[in-house]
Amino acid sequence: MIDFERDLDELRKRITELEADGDLDPASDEVRSLELLRLELEARTADIFSRLTPWQRVQLARHRDRPHTLDFIERMVDRFVELHGDRRYGDDMAIVGGVGTIDGRPVVVVGHQKGRGTRQNVERNFGMAHPEGYRKAVRLFELAERFGLPVITMLDTPGAGPALEDEERGQSWAIAESMASLARLETPVVVTVIGEGGSGGALAMGVGDRILMLEHAIYSVASPEAAASIVWRDAKFAERAAAALGLTSDALLEADLIDQIVAEPAGGAHRDYDGAALSLKAALLNVLEEVARIDTKDLVAARYAKFRAISAHIESPEREASQDVREAPQEIGCAR
Amino acid sequence: MHYRPEFEAGLHVCTGCNYHDRLTVTQRLELLLDDADAFQEVDADVLTTDPLEFSRPSGSYPDRVAKAQASTGRTEAVVCGVGHLQGRTIAIGIMEFGFIAGSMGGAVGERITRLFELAYDQRLPLIMVTASGGARQDEGVFALMQMAKTTAAAARLSEVGVPYISIMADPTLAGVTASFASVADVIIGEPGATVRFAGSRVVRGTVSRRAQAEDHTAEWVLNRGMIDMVVPRRDHRRTIGRLIEILAVDHASNDVLAADVAASSSG
Repeated sequence: MIDFERDLDELRKRITELEADGDLDPASDEVRSLELLRLELEARTADIFSRLTPWQRVQLARHRDRPHTLDFIERMVDRFVELHGDRRYGDDMAIVGGVGTIDGRPVVVVGHQKGRGTRQNVERNFGMAHPEGYRKAVRLFELAERFGLPVITMLDTPGAGPALEDEERGQSWAIAESMASLARLETPVVVTVIGEGGSGGALAMGVGDRILMLEHAIYSVASPEAAASIVWRDAKFAERAAAALGLTSDALLEADLIDQIVAEPAGGAHRDYDGAALSLKAALLNVLEEVARIDTKDLVAARYAKFRAISAHIESPEREASQDVREAPQEIGCAR
Repeated sequence: MHYRPEFEAGLHVCTGCNYHDRLTVTQRLELLLDDADAFQEVDADVLTTDPLEFSRPSGSYPDRVAKAQASTGRTEAVVCGVGHLQGRTIAIGIMEFGFIAGSMGGAVGERITRLFELAYDQRLPLIMVTASGGARQDEGVFALMQMAKTTAAAARLSEVGVPYISIMADPTLAGVTASFASVADVIIGEPGATVRFAGSRVVRGTVSRRAQAEDHTAEWVLNRGMIDMVVPRRDHRRTIGRLIEILAVDHASNDVLAADVAASSSG
């Protein structure tokens, strides 16, 4: 439990205790105080969640009870069939994927998968994918393209696996190839950031036509701890890094780095999986409808243009066009 | 100009132990091009902004950029342009590690993307020399997204049969290794260059159990099948020249041929 949730939890406990009393006289004091407690819980929750700090958002995004990819799939996707393995090396449990339907529409869903509890987390490597995970993802992207199905990716990882075994199997290559695959994929791609959008390990599956982000998810150039190590040379400055990195959904929407924020139920997605899934599903259906209408070639060109436009640069206005090699075509280079 | 006797003239390679010292962009241009003076730089005026108003203990981001510009004489951590290699016109981008650890922010990503687009538009073989610590933290997700942008541009170039050759110099790390540098048609490592996904400080700060002593060199990734070859500096020009000669489709004469066909069929 996060510290700012403690007060709320006290209230919830008292409400549960009163509710457990069973048949209360509607005119009794208990019922009146139950009503008051419920109102107070609602007001306090709204208040706390209206002014969360970036670090509190990080804590929510990493909450041990936060719904993960399979929780959403279970609630949003019908007839889901999980598909395994990269057909090269192994089956990475930190990335799950498969086929199913959303509201009758066939889709391919691929996402990072964190575990719950120690055993699961070890099995899932805390959601830190190995190279074979990204290669499984690429295989599923290509499957989607062959069958003309839209791809939905779900991002939720502290980052890609940084261990020796990951380096040995080409983590950099796996990530780069996954981005390259999505960038040119001739079928719609919708990206959803559902928890931790950690660095290149998240971006590997983050190239798409639309980018949705759950309200309390984060998306960052590096985990706050990693950024703190790089910038302040000490991971304990993570809270400060979180504030500096602009990693919250509202900061990213304002910077035009994502397309849409998907609201979470009161108190966060971990309080209400069904509500969170319903909210995400509604947003996805709208977006899927929208991208389905676009011609595939136009879609790929627009996807290129979308990422092409992301920048933070200026250039001098007095650029002398005639000096530029692009304005004066080269003798195009073949000496033979 | 005199070099220390233990270094091969102009190559900054120890003749005793084959140690390849890091090169500046200027030294690299002299190494690779027929005539470094004839190199035409593009987009030197594409400059970074400070989207997050970021500040480190070592100073504000704009201050750090200004210092890097003063010490390197370059306006950003990559220099892009057009030159000649063995008589052939090529697009070339070289990262300057001395400029904020060669890190990739919005301006670097923009310059590299434009270079890929220049190579695409003019069908020029493209050489990228990487030396970078990865994404520039000071620009947050703007920097992260340059990985996607540059990789998308490289993937687009790969569809038109223009050779893209990546040279991984010391060090090639994190957000650069895991993006455009690794999707080249041919990848050449410099002897002894560190090539790795995880950055050193990130590893120290967040991963407790890990083989610290492992030396992630170009030779190490070559042995694991990730790059095509490790080539000593003195052979770069010859190796790249040969690869381009074999791989580069003669688009200019193809175009001429197509124009001839069109002309004869319409006439």
